[in-house]
Amino acid sequence: MSQFLKDYVKVKKHNFRVGVKRARLSKACYLFLAPYAIIFTMFYILPVVVSIVFGFTYYNILEAPRFVGLQNYISLFLEDDIFLMAIKNTFMIAIITGPLGYLGSFLFAWLINELPRWVRSVAVVVFYAPSIAGNCYVIFSVFFRGDAYGYVNAFLMNTGIIDTPILWFIDPRYMLPVCMLVILWMSLGAGFLSFVAGLQGIDKSQYEAGYMDGVKNRWQELWFITLPNMKPMLMFGAVMSITQAFSVCEVTMTLCGYPSTDYAARTIVTHLFDYGFSRFEMGYACSIATILFLIMILCNKAIQSMLSRVGT
Amino acid sequence: MSDMNNNMTTENQNIIAEEQETVNTEAVETVKADAFNLEDEALSKLEAVEDVEEKAAEPVKSPSKEKASVKKTKKSKKKEEEEEVYHKPLIKRRKPNRSIAGDIFLYLFLLIVAVIMFFPIIYAVESALKPLDELFKFPPRIFAQNPTLDNFSDLFVTLGKSWVSFSRYMFNTVFITGVGTAGHLIVASMAAFVLAKYDFPGGKTFFKLVTVAMMFTGYVTGIPNYIIMSKLHMIDTYWAIIIPAFAFPMGLFLMKQFMEGLPTSLIEAAKIDGATEWTVFSKIVMPNVKPAWLTLIIFSVQSLWNNKASTVIYSEEMKTLPFAMQQIQAGGIARTGEAAAVLVVLMIVPIAIFIFSESQILETMASSGLKD
Repeated sequence: MSQFLKDYVKVKKHNFRVGVKRARLSKACYLFLAPYAIIFTMFYILPVVVSIVFGFTYYNILEAPRFVGLQNYISLFLEDDIFLMAIKNTFMIAIITGPLGYLGSFLFAWLINELPRWVRSVAVVVFYAPSIAGNCYVIFSVFFRGDAYGYVNAFLMNTGIIDTPILWFIDPRYMLPVCMLVILWMSLGAGFLSFVAGLQGIDKSQYEAGYMDGVKNRWQELWFITLPNMKPMLMFGAVMSITQAFSVCEVTMTLCGYPSTDYAARTIVTHLFDYGFSRFEMGYACSIATILFLIMILCNKAIQSMLSRVGT
Repeated sequence: MSDMNNNMTTENQNIIAEEQETVNTEAVETVKADAFNLEDEALSKLEAVEDVEEKAAEPVKSPSKEKASVKKTKKSKKKEEEEEVYHKPLIKRRKPNRSIAGDIFLYLFLLIVAVIMFFPIIYAVESALKPLDELFKFPPRIFAQNPTLDNFSDLFVTLGKSWVSFSRYMFNTVFITGVGTAGHLIVASMAAFVLAKYDFPGGKTFFKLVTVAMMFTGYVTGIPNYIIMSKLHMIDTYWAIIIPAFAFPMGLFLMKQFMEGLPTSLIEAAKIDGATEWTVFSKIVMPNVKPAWLTLIIFSVQSLWNNKASTVIYSEEMKTLPFAMQQIQAGGIARTGEAAAVLVVLMIVPIAIFIFSESQILETMASSGLKD
């Protein structure tokens, strides 16, 4: 046993020395990496650490941070009803729009893929445009206006489904569904592009081999040939859509107001903004950020392990 | 079923000459296999075998063969036709495993969804072109009857009268977008180059960190970022938006994945010819990854152009165009026309860039897969 340990330490030492030597030889690499690494660490890694640390303190920017232990988390989950509501809303939005948006991205990318070349280019622009159209979603507040002149209300009243106009963005019952609709409209983003590109890159001879081996219809082709080939893109798309689904805030804030009626459209990010930039309770806001961070990473890991089984 | 088979075999014996008989019994066997519910794959293999032998044995179709093929499903029938075509010098147009009904249904569905998806954007553009009286017309028309550009000129008049001139807002946004995108392109490409093409201690770990960083949004780091920036005295300067944009994780990720497709021999050849790392990077690698440039540019422009930056910039003369636009939109009913014009101005730039660079962007995204 002791011999084994000695050997183990020896090997480790050796590896370390080799590593140091290789690091010395590849100085140029570190120089190339340095600008990115510094900025990345500064604004992407450090903030996560800072938010975990400040999550345990009371900090309002003016005074020095004061350590309060788990107080922030305790009050988040036990006293802050609005936060619980925010979590509920965020999960509702994420569970409905995340998978739907993801499946939609793949479905449309897959259908577009068989179109002739120029139709395909147009179709990609048509489907991708909503997600890069800035705050074009504001136009939905015209469609869903609360009075009888709003188009949706007018349509529903003319067809006799409702007899009084619905206050879409003021009535807590309708806020979330309408927001989800808007978010779905915008959900064909980077993941969609990745799918379109990935589908074009699949080796055509695999399909021919598939016909020979008796792949009968497009669904079998999808499951046995396309999906296994697309696995890396599916992973990428999943990361994109989960990240988007949990970071919803601008749509709800713009359409339903900030704060919304009864906080019915409050999401975790809205809550974060409220405490961070309206009340300047940075410690509390940091604990919210930490929770959101954990949720996002865990969901991503879970979905990735699920996706690694696709098509096998 | 078995009766039918027997009938057919007797028919066959009556009609067809001896050498064709073997082939026919083959066909009958296939039908039997169908009856016994063999697996689909096995069946289609049998069919394929049969088809081949059929062609080898007899160029003329026998009537019994047709009867046998009635038994088969519609799709496999089409497959047969396709395979007969295969011998002629024709290019195959359709894939063999597609049904026409399915195609029509799916493309109709695609068309309807595309119209629904694009309708709000069309509507936004059209309402920017409508004069004020048409904007409030009820029932509404989608297309403007007397399209004008009045809303746009009104917008510029309103912005011109504001305390800080329109050109200053415009400059702020263009400056932030331009510098941020250029810096991002250079910084991220340099890092991507060494991460993709060299194996050095810590490189892989660093890249893993970057992929993890893609999994959470800027909102998570918003608050701590604000604290860090205030310590660095970067609040209320352009740099508060520009510098974090340099290290946008998705740009590095896409660039690195694309650069991995570049042949290593190219770099080695340049090295043998005496190029330094920097020369390799600037003269060999960068010109070869132009499609990836455009992808980085579109994602970076898209996030910077729409950046309101309301949390880090407080001076009015440094505020961005989207922020000024938002204030105009908040003007209520009287500014409806101008608000519509604002939407168009803000969305036209990213969409235009995307349209012009679509094929290159798709080329880059083809290597965007996340492997682990």
